[in-house]
Amino acid sequence: MAELTHSNEKNTLWTRFVAGLRSIPPIYIIVIILLIAIGTQNPAFLEPAGFLNLLRRSAPLMILAAGQLFVIVTGGFDLSVGSIMSLTVIGAALLINNDPANTWWVILVLLGIGVTVGLLNGLIVSYLNVPSLIVTLGMLLTLRGAGLYWTGGAPRGYLTDNFRIFGRGWIEPFPLVDRLPYAVAVLIIVSGIAIYIFHRTNLGRQLLAIGDNARAARLAGVPVERMRIVAFIISAVMAVIAGILQGGFGGVNPEAGRGFELQAIAATVLGGAVLLGGRGSVATAIAGALALEALFTLLNLLGLPKPLRDAVQGFIIIGAVAYAAYRSGRSR
Amino acid sequence: MLSTISNRTWVLLLALVLVFTLVACGGETNEPAPAADTPAEPAATADTPADTPAEPAAPVSAGLTNDAAVVASEFFSQEQYDRSMRQMTLNPEGPEGEPWVQYLEAEFVDTSAYAKEGPYTFCFSNAGVNNPWRVVGWTTMQAEVDLHPEITELIHVDAQGNDEKQISDIADLVASGNCDVLIVSPNTTAALTPAVEQACEVLPVIVFDRGVFTECPVSFVQPIGGYAFGETGARYIIDNCGDDCNVLALRILPGVDVLEERWASAKIAFEGAGSNINVIGVEFGDGDNAKVKSIVNDYLDRFGRIDAVWMDAGATAVAALEAFEDAGQPYPIIVGEDQQDFLVKWQENDLSGISPTFPTFQWRTPIIAALRIMNGEEVPAVWRLPQPTITNENLDQYIQPNMPPLHYAMCGCEGMPDFPTRWGGQ
Repeated sequence: MAELTHSNEKNTLWTRFVAGLRSIPPIYIIVIILLIAIGTQNPAFLEPAGFLNLLRRSAPLMILAAGQLFVIVTGGFDLSVGSIMSLTVIGAALLINNDPANTWWVILVLLGIGVTVGLLNGLIVSYLNVPSLIVTLGMLLTLRGAGLYWTGGAPRGYLTDNFRIFGRGWIEPFPLVDRLPYAVAVLIIVSGIAIYIFHRTNLGRQLLAIGDNARAARLAGVPVERMRIVAFIISAVMAVIAGILQGGFGGVNPEAGRGFELQAIAATVLGGAVLLGGRGSVATAIAGALALEALFTLLNLLGLPKPLRDAVQGFIIIGAVAYAAYRSGRSR
Repeated sequence: MLSTISNRTWVLLLALVLVFTLVACGGETNEPAPAADTPAEPAATADTPADTPAEPAAPVSAGLTNDAAVVASEFFSQEQYDRSMRQMTLNPEGPEGEPWVQYLEAEFVDTSAYAKEGPYTFCFSNAGVNNPWRVVGWTTMQAEVDLHPEITELIHVDAQGNDEKQISDIADLVASGNCDVLIVSPNTTAALTPAVEQACEVLPVIVFDRGVFTECPVSFVQPIGGYAFGETGARYIIDNCGDDCNVLALRILPGVDVLEERWASAKIAFEGAGSNINVIGVEFGDGDNAKVKSIVNDYLDRFGRIDAVWMDAGATAVAALEAFEDAGQPYPIIVGEDQQDFLVKWQENDLSGISPTFPTFQWRTPIIAALRIMNGEEVPAVWRLPQPTITNENLDQYIQPNMPPLHYAMCGCEGMPDFPTRWGGQ
């Protein structure tokens, strides 16, 4: 102790600076590096309009990752989210039936479908003791089939403009940035709520406790089954919101959410979550999703040939996760 | 300490698995690439809106020298290309206004050996009903059957895009002994060839839409094809874009013969066009609206201006146009297809556009051919259908506001019973 106080002030400052740097989750640094790299390729992305466009495009995955994290930290997986997104888009087109007046109740119905799917996932995982990987994989296939059956192979109907505004429209005028995409506004609100729930309420701590050691959590009085169900419901509802944004951005596409489930899981891992549960944060998971989208954009801008791009993508993800794991290993 | 290490190892292992899954999924395609053997005359051809697989990132490249612009040599046949270019200039023979019974350069075959008294049971082995183009086509075929009371039944077996299932479907249909004629829309060319050959030994077979590597079917029904499709769009851009024209080419995915053919002929056209045509990029959009929109968005950011967009299939044309709207840019010259959502947008915004088509009316022709065979009348051995184009001049006649957005205007179904409700219209 006495020796420490002897070290000169500069050194202390430096140590504190390094320690401070260390305490920043690495994913934020990765995001910043990626954004700078994108900026060198195309400065337009660093201007407010360009950056907001990137955020708008990334919003569905970011919201999806936030939801996925609630399940991941309990030690589960939710593979059904991509199918929920697709079903949201197909269902919206069919239910709205080209009448803008239907939009609002349709959104409520879709959110209701999300709650139901999440509830089913959670009930089966909690009370029938089927691993979540299997349950949600089954749900993925069921929902995909349901969507196909519902549309008979070809989607019908348009998405009305007042539905699409969430994924496509802008709030204008908006102070500082001229116009703000609705998707970014939705992203800020939804992720704000998710971060609050996860980091500032008891729910987040209980979910982490379940993932860390379900038995210990139960003994400590955590209602394990109920908390798991809540986590799946949050994930499914987030998937519906992501689907509304994606459908709004791109229009009717029966496969709007295909592949998103794995990207969402990758995003949470990039954000430092441990796949067996017990560790993770909503904020870094959202940053992980942004990093993934930024990486896709960067590789596109670089114009690498496709096979090389896949390989680079894989290496960067492995590298980032390995670094995060190394860091978390040291900090224990 | 031990727990720390094992935890870290777990994370790494799982991340590895995850990453490989991601990459593997990226390479996944729903449409198996047809074999690369030298095709026989009835070349393999897939339907227009190819099934859209998921792929995490869309490739980017600038110009015709890049990866996405390469046409694999096994997908290019100079002979087929020349035939398509020639047939585009010919006037079809047959009744005016009924393109589904018209034909180009036909050689008729005698079918008197198959003549038979009605009523008939026709059997149809369908590759799948898994995209809007096939849904419209299948609906149209059923309506055609309803026009002919002497057909008591059309037995339909859906292979759901699966070669193995279709092979056993065909064997079952043949073995049942119920079929007077077998109609096949093959899932993939090489895989289905032996099954079709075996069926040919038992009963008259008609193949349409995509081909097989055998000439045993009595008639093979197909429009002019992919080369004509690609050339039509590219030529319109070259002729109308003016000096210093930035062209973005959007493809669905590599490795599907008909799509490769479309791009191959467009590439030939662009390469021969002269210096005013500047192909700034060739991209794969997977038929995914959101991805196409992002790609166009990035190109607008990067090049400031795109004057024309060429597409190998029109399903995402509206999404491409929306990217221009979102960026506040003027609309480009656009190549789309005969889907209502695109046609409506084209008309509403008075775009400069063109729609080459892979017409869904070709689903009527096999039924008509089958009836002629039952009557012992001559049919073309290769029934080459015309491939109409929608232009700025004739656009109005294909706009059908009462039809669903993904309805294909070139169905030739307007005069059929229960139009439009049967096709989802109002």
